[in-house]
This record gives sequence, C-alpha cells and structure tokens, in this order.
Amino acid sequence: MIELEAVRKVYPDGHVALRSVSLTVERGTTLALLGPSGCGKTTLLKLINRLLDPSAGCVRVDGRDIAAVDPIGLRRTMGYVVQDAGLFPHLTALGNVEVVPRLLGWPAARRVARARDLFALMGLDFSALAGRYPAQVSGGQRQRIGLARALAVDPPIVLMDEPFGALDPITRRRLQEEFLTLKDQLHKTMVLVTHDVEEAFRLADRVALLDDGAVVQVGTPAEIRAAPASPFVAALIGGGATASP
Amino acid sequence: MSGLRRRIGIVAAAAAGLLGVAAHADPAPPRIVVGAKKFTESAVLGELMAQVLEIQAGAAVERRFNLAGTQICFDGLRTGALDAYAEYTGTGLRNILRDETDTGTAAAVFARVSTAFRERFALVWLAPFGFDNTYVLMMRPERAAALGIATLSDLAAHPLRYGVSHEFLQRGDGMPGLRAVYHLNEASTVGVEHDLAYQALADGTIDVSDGYSTDAKIVAFGLLTLRDDRHFFPPYQAAPLARADLFTRVPLAEPALRLLAGRIDDATMRRLNYAVEGERRSPAEVASAFLGELGLRHVEATPEAPAGGLLELLWQRRWITASLTVRHLWLTGIAVLAAVVIGLPLGIAASRSPALATLALSGAGVLQTIPSIALLAFMLPLFGIGVVPAIAALFLYGLLPILRNTVAGLRSIDGRLLEVGRGLGMRGRDLLWRVELPLAAPVILAGIRTAAVINVGTATLAAFIGAGGLGDPIVTGLTTTDTNLVLSGALPAALLAIAVDAGLGVVERFATPRGLRV
Repeated sequence: MIELEAVRKVYPDGHVALRSVSLTVERGTTLALLGPSGCGKTTLLKLINRLLDPSAGCVRVDGRDIAAVDPIGLRRTMGYVVQDAGLFPHLTALGNVEVVPRLLGWPAARRVARARDLFALMGLDFSALAGRYPAQVSGGQRQRIGLARALAVDPPIVLMDEPFGALDPITRRRLQEEFLTLKDQLHKTMVLVTHDVEEAFRLADRVALLDDGAVVQVGTPAEIRAAPASPFVAALIGGGATASP
Repeated sequence: MSGLRRRIGIVAAAAAGLLGVAAHADPAPPRIVVGAKKFTESAVLGELMAQVLEIQAGAAVERRFNLAGTQICFDGLRTGALDAYAEYTGTGLRNILRDETDTGTAAAVFARVSTAFRERFALVWLAPFGFDNTYVLMMRPERAAALGIATLSDLAAHPLRYGVSHEFLQRGDGMPGLRAVYHLNEASTVGVEHDLAYQALADGTIDVSDGYSTDAKIVAFGLLTLRDDRHFFPPYQAAPLARADLFTRVPLAEPALRLLAGRIDDATMRRLNYAVEGERRSPAEVASAFLGELGLRHVEATPEAPAGGLLELLWQRRWITASLTVRHLWLTGIAVLAAVVIGLPLGIAASRSPALATLALSGAGVLQTIPSIALLAFMLPLFGIGVVPAIAALFLYGLLPILRNTVAGLRSIDGRLLEVGRGLGMRGRDLLWRVELPLAAPVILAGIRTAAVINVGTATLAAFIGAGGLGDPIVTGLTTTDTNLVLSGALPAALLAIAVDAGLGVVERFATPRGLRV
C-alpha cells in the first residue's frame, strides 16, 4: 500500500509542483494520475521511488516512511516504466531485461530463465528478439521489453509514466488490452501517469485528477463520471478523449 | 557491460606489450651516456668521445645528441642523465659560472673552470682537444669594406642589422656583454637559427652574425671575421666535461678520453666540420675515420656511404628507422596511457561538477596553447633531459583531448536514460560502468585517438631534449642541411601518425556498442 500525506514539492527554482497532496493506493490496485501537462503528476510519481524527495509531508509504503529507507533498495522493489520504454540503446533486449537481476547478482542461468518467462508473458518471441538492440525492434516491442524489464525481479509495485504515450493508436489499443489481462494475472500495486482520459478510465481501478499541483478529485471511473467534482473535471472527462491542451 | 571491460583489457595488454619492447636489459659492458649540442662540431666531438670510449674502454655508449643548448647539456650532466659531453672553457666560465672577470690566458681559464666545476658540481674537465673555438662576429667582406669595418670597435660607428643565434642573444658572453664593451649600434637585432644565419648574411638580410672560429661555413661562404680588439671573448678551448663518478664507475674511461687530448688543432677541427657539412658524411663516419688516422681504431672497411637517393637512404636506414619507430611509439604510448589514466577519471569528475569542468578544461586548454618546444623546455628544470621530460610534455598535450571528450561524451547522454537507470535501482557506479561509459565510449575513444595522433607528431620534437625517436634524424638532418636525412625521419613519422589514426579508428569502431551502430 502506498500513502501520500500532505505532500508538497517545491523545486529549487521556486516552482511549486505539488501543493498539498494526500492519496492512497491500496495493495493490488491500479491508480491513474490524470491531468494536463505540468499538473504535477510525473513529480508525484517520482516521489514514490525517491527520484525526488518531498519538500514537506511524507510518503509511506506498507506503513513505512520511505524517507528513512535506502533509496537503492526501495527502487529495486518497484518496477519503473517510462514513455518509449527508456531502454538502454547499447544493450540487447535480453540485456535490458537482465539489468535489475544483474544488480541483484543473480546467476546467468536464473537471469535467462526469468527473461524467457517474461518474454513469453509479454508475448515476445525470445529466440527472435533477445539478441536485438532497441533500435532494431518496433515501438510496441520496445514498450513490451520495457515492461518486462520493470517486472524482472517481480517487484510488488510498478510505476509507469506515460507507458503507451509514444505508440500509434492501434498498437496502443492492443497493449492496453494486454495490460488489463496482465493486471488481473499479476496483482501488482500500480501507479500509472497519463494525460489520456480514456486510457486512465479503462486501465485504472481508481483515478486521481490533478490540476496545477493539487488533487481535484479521486474515485473510481464510475464515481467520477457520475459526479464530477468541478467544472474542470466535467470539462476534462466530457471534452473528449484526451486532457492535453 | 563485460564487453567494455574486455575491450579495456585488450587496450591495457597492448600497452603493456609496448612497455615490454622497451624493457630490454643491457648486458654486461658499462653503460656511458654521451651528449652533444645541436651543432656539427659538438656532434663530431661527441662521436669521437663515444667511439673512443667504446673501443678503448669497452663501454656501451648511449648517444644523446642534438640537445638544444648548453643549459640542457649541463643540467643533464648534473642530474646524471649524461655522463660526458664536449664543452668549451669560455662557455663554462661565462655562461655557467657567470664569471665576468677578466679572462687571461687559455691555460688560466682552464685552470679556473677546472677548479670551480670540481668543487661546485663534482664535474671534471679533462685536457682540451687542442683547438680554440672562440666566438667571432662575421660580415660579408664587401659590406665591411664599404663601411670601413675591420674590428669590433668599428661596429659602434654604424647602425647595423644583427642576426645572431638564440643562445648568443641571451648569454652573458654574447650580445649583452658585447653591447657593454663595444657600444654596438643596433638598427635591429633578431634571433636566427645558427645554420640559417649564414644564408641570411649572404642574402644581405642581416649585416652581422655570430659564428665559431672553427666553423667550416666561414670559409665556405667567404665571410670576414672581425677582430676582437678588446679581447672580449674568452678562450673557448673544447674539452671533455664529465661527471666525476664516471671515472670511479668506469676507470678505463679517463685514459680513453685522454687519448684525444691535444690531438685536434683549429685546422683539423675545421676539416672535420667540413667533412660533415660540406661532404655530407655523418659525424659517426667522420669520427671513425679520424680515429683511424690517429691509430686509435682498426681501420675497418667501413662501407662508404654512396651519396645515393632518398630511397636508397631509406633502405639503408631501415633497421635504424624500425628501432626509432619502436622508441617513438613507446614514448607516445606511455604518454597517452598516462593521459588516459589521469584524464579519464578527471573527465568523469568534471562531467559531474560544472566548476571542476571549467577549471580542468581551461587549465588543459592553456597547456595546449603553449608551443610544443616551449612546453618541452619547461619540463627541463623539473625532469632534466631525456625521456622523462618528453613523456611529461606529451602527457600534458594528450590531456586536453581526452578530458574534453570524456566530459562531452558523458554530458551528451540522454538524461532520461540516467533517470531510468536510477529508477531501476542502479547506484552511481553501476550507472557509470553499465550505462555512461559504454554510451560515451566512442566519443572518449575519439579523444584518445586525437591525443595519440597529436603525440606522434609532437614526439618528433622530443629529439631536441635527447629523448630519441623519429625526431633524431630530422634534427640531425636540419643541422647538417641534409634533406634526405630529414625525410628519413619525417616520412616514417607522418606514416606512423596516419597508421595510428587508422588503427585507433578501428578500435573506436570496435568499441562502439553494437546497439549504437545499427
């Protein structure tokens, strides 16, 4: 379970990214952080794996304040996926998936066996793709490899920042379908950053709407549709498929 | 990841191989290092000393010739980089001891330097060779006649253009002293390479230049030497100058060198100089033939070097060139290796600290702007002469390209990749070894390649401070105006630079992660 309590984040240049945010993600559920560019959703995500530290307030994972936890160990319990996968271009698909297992010192046989399972889980042909470099595979394959890398050591938590943002609509749709299937199989606690309303509502159990560094509304997709908390929310969810300007 | 380590391993192994080549240990015979300054007479005397030590003392003599000046030879002797070289008593008196008192007879000057050098520097002057090579000022006879100049005192009456050797311009017994004693009337004064001054005199671009009284070129160019009517120039008897400990270490060295005492008069010295400069024979050959005349060596059927073409010379010198090439590569190899060892970590640190980056890059940039020969000269007081100062200077030259490319390579990496790496739980060192260095490797290697090519070129100048390499025949050839000899060093040096560039280009491609090549 992830809890944020009165979290505030001010950047060194004075920009206030988050005002006072409190949120809870229950174990095994997916929370979408939805909002326009610059609303603070990516900042919020990075506070959870301590790529950033809050200026005030606290973040707890399974009841422990993570400010007191070694960030390296913490991050190794959290998968991390970014837009266009963020694969290391000098490593093969297999090499990318093996990154965290190598950090943990797994023997080669175990790493490869795990990678085979993950390739299968993600619908990737191991024998064809394991030796290819990121520049040699399609965008959809890259994203699958990125997801496999995030799941490599079976972390209880997965953080995703616009994971499907760089894909064409058809591939995005297919990956979203597969994501839903995976979600039911894996029971991870997941936080998904997106500016795509439809994506948030399809994939998440609960959605947090952010605007200008503050949470405007939190609820299940059905709750939000039924009772938008403000004209901003109504405009956002009614105004079309995407929240980007 | 392990790929990068493997590649580093290969590079290190290759470097170790280079070091190994140079690590041949000398066998039994005592090793003596003989130096010589960068002009014909010094080289001939150096060869005479070297050969007589080889024949009569059974020594293995290492020659460090073409050293850039008195200071370098003298420092070399004091620091032990040299064991002996031929020096002039007047130079010892005025230039080294800074003794400006009245000179007296040749014998008195010899006695004075002898005592002072032994007491102050533990250096020994052996008996002079037998000639007095004093400084002279020279003019074209027509010009001198037109102005009515015959003595140095006559110079004061006319504004003249002086072109003198760089050393003469500075030393106390050169221009500064002359000005004080003879009240020279200088329309202009420039420093000119000694060998070029003759041509400048003949062309009329300068009026007066300095020379040595035994210089064959005075006769060859038909120049007038002005009479030193106030006896400003002290006697310049040439004699072997050696470290005192040479004679305890190699007892036979002293009797061997004494065999040359009093055997070379002014005319003989001029003849030997002319044999090198006029007849284009090597100092070694001329010395060998002269020792034969003196009955100090078995006259061997030395193959008379035919005055053949460049190709013939290149073929004759192929083994010499090969060994000079090995030494050249060894010099640059060590310097580049040292620049990598220092530059890479410094570059990594600088890529993380803008303040350090500014400091390190501007510091290395300033070093880069120092002319190479000046940088070599700066190293002399610190390291003496020979290999060490050359490597130190080359190292400093190699530093900037490596530092700059390391910083640029690391900074060019997409910040998102580094954030993802951190997000996946990589520590700083994991990021460095597994992400940053592999991605920056092509840029860093390009810097190393630049450094290596610069160093192969610059290392030819190392010959000026006695470090050897392909610069040796270049410097010797320049001194004796032997273009083919110059080319026998310059051509291999140029080819070597091209080969090093191409070779490291292959390494660079090999080290570029495959994922970045597609």
